[in-house]
Amino acid sequence: MPGRELHSEINRRTFVCSAALPALCAGVAFAASSSRREAQYYEKLPNQKIRCKLCPRECVIDDRERGYCGVRENEKGTYYTLVHSRPCSVHVDPIEKKPLFHFYPGTLAFSLATAGCNVNCKFCQNWEISQARPEQVRSAEMTPNQVAALARENECVSIAYTYSEPVVFYEYVYDTAVAGKAQGVKSVVISNGYIQDEPLRRLCGQVEAIKIDLKAFSEKFYREVVNGELKPVLQSLVTIQKQKTWLEIVYLVIPTLNDSDQELRALSQWIQRELGPDVPIHFTRFHPQYLLKNLPVTPLATLERAKKIADAEGLHYAYIGNVPGHPAENTYCPRCHEPVVERTAFMIRKTSLRNGTCAKCAAPIAGRWNKG
Amino acid sequence: MPKSPPADRRQFLTATVALPLLSAVDTKSSVPKSRIVVAHDPDVLLSLSGRVDSNRLYRLLNDGIQALAGTDSPREGWQRFVRPADVVGLKVNCLAGKGLSTSVQLTEAIEQCLQEAGVRPENIIVWDRHSNDLENAGFRVVTDRRRPRCYGNDIGGYESELMTWGSVGSLVSSTLVRTCSVIINLPVLKDHGIAGITVALKNLFGAVHNPNKYHLNVGNPYVADVFMLPPIRSKVRLTICEAIVAQYEGGPPFMPQWCWPMRSLILGSDPVALDYTGWQIIEDKRREKGLKPLAAVGRNPAWLAVAADNEHRLGTNDPGRIDVLRIV
Ligand code: SF4
Repeated sequence: MPGRELHSEINRRTFVCSAALPALCAGVAFAASSSRREAQYYEKLPNQKIRCKLCPRECVIDDRERGYCGVRENEKGTYYTLVHSRPCSVHVDPIEKKPLFHFYPGTLAFSLATAGCNVNCKFCQNWEISQARPEQVRSAEMTPNQVAALARENECVSIAYTYSEPVVFYEYVYDTAVAGKAQGVKSVVISNGYIQDEPLRRLCGQVEAIKIDLKAFSEKFYREVVNGELKPVLQSLVTIQKQKTWLEIVYLVIPTLNDSDQELRALSQWIQRELGPDVPIHFTRFHPQYLLKNLPVTPLATLERAKKIADAEGLHYAYIGNVPGHPAENTYCPRCHEPVVERTAFMIRKTSLRNGTCAKCAAPIAGRWNKG
Repeated sequence: MPKSPPADRRQFLTATVALPLLSAVDTKSSVPKSRIVVAHDPDVLLSLSGRVDSNRLYRLLNDGIQALAGTDSPREGWQRFVRPADVVGLKVNCLAGKGLSTSVQLTEAIEQCLQEAGVRPENIIVWDRHSNDLENAGFRVVTDRRRPRCYGNDIGGYESELMTWGSVGSLVSSTLVRTCSVIINLPVLKDHGIAGITVALKNLFGAVHNPNKYHLNVGNPYVADVFMLPPIRSKVRLTICEAIVAQYEGGPPFMPQWCWPMRSLILGSDPVALDYTGWQIIEDKRREKGLKPLAAVGRNPAWLAVAADNEHRLGTNDPGRIDVLRIV
């Protein structure tokens, strides 16, 4: 039996057209071949080269070549995205799975991804799609309007661009967010934040929330484990906050690599200083996979230590993630410390909020909340 | 040990030192030298657009393989690298379209030679990253199992298990891993805008699913590390680099203004020695054309030294250990 095509992600995540979600299938066709569209944010150079200006990597690309992300191709000096309207993974998820804890809790997010990523984290849990090229995964053809309509049909409050890296399917994200808005569906982006400032600002105008995976608080880690840079990601966090787009941060705590007291304290202090205490941070548990299989699962004590440091630095909403049933999955009122949203894994058990304030002491709870 | 070529070979030169050509043993360490054959025919190219004389190309190829193997006949030379039972993959390089890809003529000549050496036609597979690339370079996609086949990884697929070595983690082409028992590597000689040069080692980027991840830092150490993936390292036995037309600047796309008719094939079983030799040829041409050396323009192929280091041992980049044998 020869090798298979790379489509395990679709099998794993229950692709939109699979038997598990047949109702979603109507009108959606599998993409037969590449649907090119001219990319945004690039400049033409002599000899049919181009320089991509979408992310800080600024790939310089020859004719017939692709950038680092593998989903953008130069053809005779014009740069194309190969993934517009070509999601390879589509799923309906609770918004808590993103995780976004302060954004319409208990609602559904119509979640999609295309192939490709502009970094290569050694611990990537979705490497089968993020490190693949579009032609190596099975994709559907799904226009922005179709996505918005499907999200509505499936009673999703939001469309989430997630699983791989939305920066590399920027044009599709943008157009879909516009289409979603027109149909009354919000958009949220789950990203590594490795994007240039101009495209990010423009995107903030169309999406309601962004969750950034901050991989570490050291350039060394970004260089050696991520193949990226920390500084532009910090800049993105500041930009998102300034644009008043709802922001949450996930920090995957990896034993020995990014879990020192010093690093966690510096991170918490930076968030407090540059973003303010109301930006939620989720310290999540690492599981060995992809290229990082030689490290253990993050001990619970490490996650609790991280939360304690963040609490001590005055952050209002520090969570522990990937530990179902832990009390640090709940949101507590920063004033009276009563639980205002109680969760187990992705389930909301109880909400004690009144129009975005603590039901007990009326302190405002930062976030975007359901009315009532 | 390769035998000496017959005494009536047309001409031999070494580029290193004036030692007897095929005393391919370094007396100091008893480590055999790597032999690289540069086979040249001034009349092989019929026009500067790249049209070749197929008969002359066939003879040049056979002369080259005989000189490389040091055998009495080309057939015996081929048999040093392939056995009749082998399934032979010909890894061409077709990204640059018709202008600067492995040519259909060279590939057909190799197919003929392999069959003369006893390999069955249905056990020959011309293969590259993508079928579109093959078609753009003039190949016809063939999946009929009764004759030599030709297709890309899009048809052959990739393995599902991640393979890792050093800095790389990739899914490897099933054509290489499962279908073929031997790979003959058929790059072209050209400059590369990121990695400095692309010749033998880098051509195997076409065997992995994520080559776009390996162009950082002038390709170092990725070019060496990809070649270390076990099925690649163990199956690539021979490299025949097409340098009928070569390119010294502006690659990897075809830039005719920077091409020159070298009218040669470069053959070797040591991919590092072959890359080193190709690199020097490109540097010489750049110098002749008034261009800066690759190191001066930030494209020094440092991965070559890595490929030769103690961790990799893919071959030698030491000119003192390379016998360059030029035949005309
Ligand atoms: S978006 Fe892709 S092509 Fe553009 S700079 Fe980033 S990695 Fe390179």
